[in-house]
Amino acid sequence: MSALELAAAIRSGERSAVDVLEEHLAVIDAREDEIHAFNLVMVEQARREAVDIDAHLAAGEELGPLAGVPVALKDNMCTRGVPTTCSSKILEGWKPPYDATVVQRLTAAGAVIIGKTNMDEFAMGGSTENSAFGPTRNPLDTSRVPGGSSGGSAAAVAAGFAPLSLGSDTGGSIRQPAALCGLVGVKPTYGRVSRYGLVAFASSLDQIGPFAATVADAALLLEVISGHDPLDSTSIAEPAPGLLSVLDQGVEGLRIGILDELSGHGVEGISPDVLARLDAAVEALTAAGATVERASVPATVYGLSAYYVIAPAEASSNLSRYDGVRFGPRTDGATTNEMMVATRTEGFGDEVKRRIMLGTYALSAGYYDAYYGKSQKVRTLILKDFAKAYEKFDLLISPTAPTTAFPLGAKTEDPMQMYLQDVCTIPSNLAGHPAMSVPFGVGDDGLPVGVQILAPAMGEATMFRAAAVLEKSGGAQ
Amino acid sequence: MTDPISRDDVTHVARLACLSLTDQELEAFTGQLANILSHASDLEALDLTGVEPTSHPLPLVNVLRPDVPGEPVDRDEVLAAAPSVEDHQFRVPPALGGNT
Repeated sequence: MSALELAAAIRSGERSAVDVLEEHLAVIDAREDEIHAFNLVMVEQARREAVDIDAHLAAGEELGPLAGVPVALKDNMCTRGVPTTCSSKILEGWKPPYDATVVQRLTAAGAVIIGKTNMDEFAMGGSTENSAFGPTRNPLDTSRVPGGSSGGSAAAVAAGFAPLSLGSDTGGSIRQPAALCGLVGVKPTYGRVSRYGLVAFASSLDQIGPFAATVADAALLLEVISGHDPLDSTSIAEPAPGLLSVLDQGVEGLRIGILDELSGHGVEGISPDVLARLDAAVEALTAAGATVERASVPATVYGLSAYYVIAPAEASSNLSRYDGVRFGPRTDGATTNEMMVATRTEGFGDEVKRRIMLGTYALSAGYYDAYYGKSQKVRTLILKDFAKAYEKFDLLISPTAPTTAFPLGAKTEDPMQMYLQDVCTIPSNLAGHPAMSVPFGVGDDGLPVGVQILAPAMGEATMFRAAAVLEKSGGAQ
Repeated sequence: MTDPISRDDVTHVARLACLSLTDQELEAFTGQLANILSHASDLEALDLTGVEPTSHPLPLVNVLRPDVPGEPVDRDEVLAAAPSVEDHQFRVPPALGGNT
């Protein structure tokens, strides 16, 4: 049952929120040991919330659009009084003194928060193997990764632990796991969704977004969490976009470009079976009345290089706050500095250390211009080239990830191989544009392939229309 | 572009970042960081003369709000999360002395 159907059934009294929650808890009981999607299942709190929802409904009160629907949260979103770890030892046991804005909005919409999901430590990774608490496995094939960094949130929906979840996407961390788990995953326009209470990785790139099994469910969840928030100074002063209302508008007359630089032509490691699904998506969109042509956004070929300077640079600054003074565990030392070094050395995993050092290096005297300065200029080129493409096209499409889900351990030895997972998703983060992954069939190994739809800033409504067409075309099966 | 990152560079950067590395880690990180940075060398060939840097995707400057007091987070709740507290303040080991 979709989240929309569940919400309707609960609102009409056909199902109770308590029954729906218990059903999902039973699925978690049955498979969580094998999948490890969660860092924490909030059993007692979720039960209290579900009982509350049923009481309000019984009293005839009007409730929000997610009343009684279980939602899982990536463990980098602050939940007041509930541990929020970012899958790092350095935050183990920390209980935030406030709720993230998205948590407040979910609660106001009647959602039942069912748990906090596993992730790559501080959202740095593409497989959810960089978690201090052990990897998450792909529910469709447990020898494979679910993708990352929001792999726990993707696995939770794919395994039926929750109909909806939230992830965060800095370079593809929602879209890539959505593709690898056969789900819809959306990175909204930068500033659409408040980052207040999202633990910062790279502040100019981070954005929260939904995972769902259907396009309509993703639209529903994105409508609930979007909209201006005075607590986030980068929040766009616009109301939430209407998405559910446009889903049946089709793509007749839309101009869609196949993003050349991200579709095989000169891109490292994009697999032929993934490209075959992109071709099938082009056929489906053409059949639905869109004009589809090849499009070029030349500067996107430099996206990966620029990203792996900019994101670590911002991370090295953001993660300086973890020093054992104000929150989290502390490793003792004779002086403040020795205590800080010991705490950070003990608390961070290898990938986080690697990126902190990379960013510190890129920002240090003598290297700033060569790395950080250059990358910021490349970001300008990417924005300009996208703007030029969007003069001719309403949307662009590409693969989401270069391959289907890969085996655990396949890319842990060589960080660069893992980074290449993000090659198609990174440009949208650098530009601040929305993009989403829609499942569109399977690869040679029978595992899901995602097609990425990219739109200009604030273009979510058009993007969702194309996603709905792909879903309806049947090519997803 | 620049010389590949050296062991000394990594030692220096680790100190700046308040991280301590074993010899083995130093060796591994130096190789990995050099590999990642060599991938970024494709930027070298780009002519970026006259291109303005972008630090942020939104054209936002100085977002202000009305100067009205809001609800602060609870002080005791904040201090409860700290590893060491005394008299409503964060407590740390001495700032001076030791080997650093």
